Amino acid sequence: MSWAAPPEEDIHLSTSLASYLDKKLLILLRDGRKLLGILRSFDQFANAVLEGACERVIVGEIYCDIPLGLYVIRGENVVLIGELDLEKEEIPQHMTRVPPEEIKRAQKAEREASDLKGSMRQRMEFLDMD
Amino acid sequence: MLFFSYFKDLVGREVTVELKNDLAIRGTLHSVDQYLNIKLENTRVVDQDKYPHMLSVRNCFIRGSVVRYVQLPPDGVDVDLLHDATRREARGG
Repeated sequence: MSWAAPPEEDIHLSTSLASYLDKKLLILLRDGRKLLGILRSFDQFANAVLEGACERVIVGEIYCDIPLGLYVIRGENVVLIGELDLEKEEIPQHMTRVPPEEIKRAQKAEREASDLKGSMRQRMEFLDMD
Repeated sequence: MLFFSYFKDLVGREVTVELKNDLAIRGTLHSVDQYLNIKLENTRVVDQDKYPHMLSVRNCFIRGSVVRYVQLPPDGVDVDLLHDATRREARGG
C-alpha cells in the first residue's frame, strides 16, 4: 500500500499543508501553547508531525524555547499553522531570552496572579459590578 | 458546498479572520477547502503587541473549526447571486 496522496495539480495553489513541508513553522494550539519545529508530515485533519519541536513560552517581556523533540500533534488541537519568515525577527527586539528555570518561575507567578484575580472577583460578586 | 464556493470566489481579496481565541488576522485570502480551512498570505495580526510570537508569520493556515468570523471587503458579497444560490441549494442543488 502506498501512503502517498494522489498527485495534486499544484500544492502552492491548494489549501493543503504540502507547501509547508520541511519548513520551520509555528503551530498555535487551542490551549494557547506555541510550538515551533519543522513540519515532516500531516493529513486532512491537520494532524501534524513536528521535528525538533520546542515550546515558546512568553511571559510579559521575557521568553524561552523549551526543547521537546519529535511531536505528533492531534489535528483538533491546532488553531493556526504559520510559516516563519526567516528574514524577519521571530520575536520583538525588546524581549529577552531567559533560561527555562526563570521562565517557569515567571509562568508560575503569572498563573498565581490570575488565580488570585479570579478568586477576588468571585468574592466580590455580590457587588454586581457589571 | 455553498459557502465553500462562496469563499472560493473571494480568493485574492483582503479579509480579516477572527478566531475563537479572539486572535484577529488580516491578510490576502490564498485558498479555502471543503472544511473551510483558510490559507492567508501577507498576514498581520490586528493587535500585534498582544501577540508578539506572530511577528514573523507571513503566511498561515487556519483550521476551519477555530474560525469565528470572516470579515469581508464591503463589496465582497453579491446579494442577488447569493440569494439565488441559496434557493438552489435549499431545493437540493
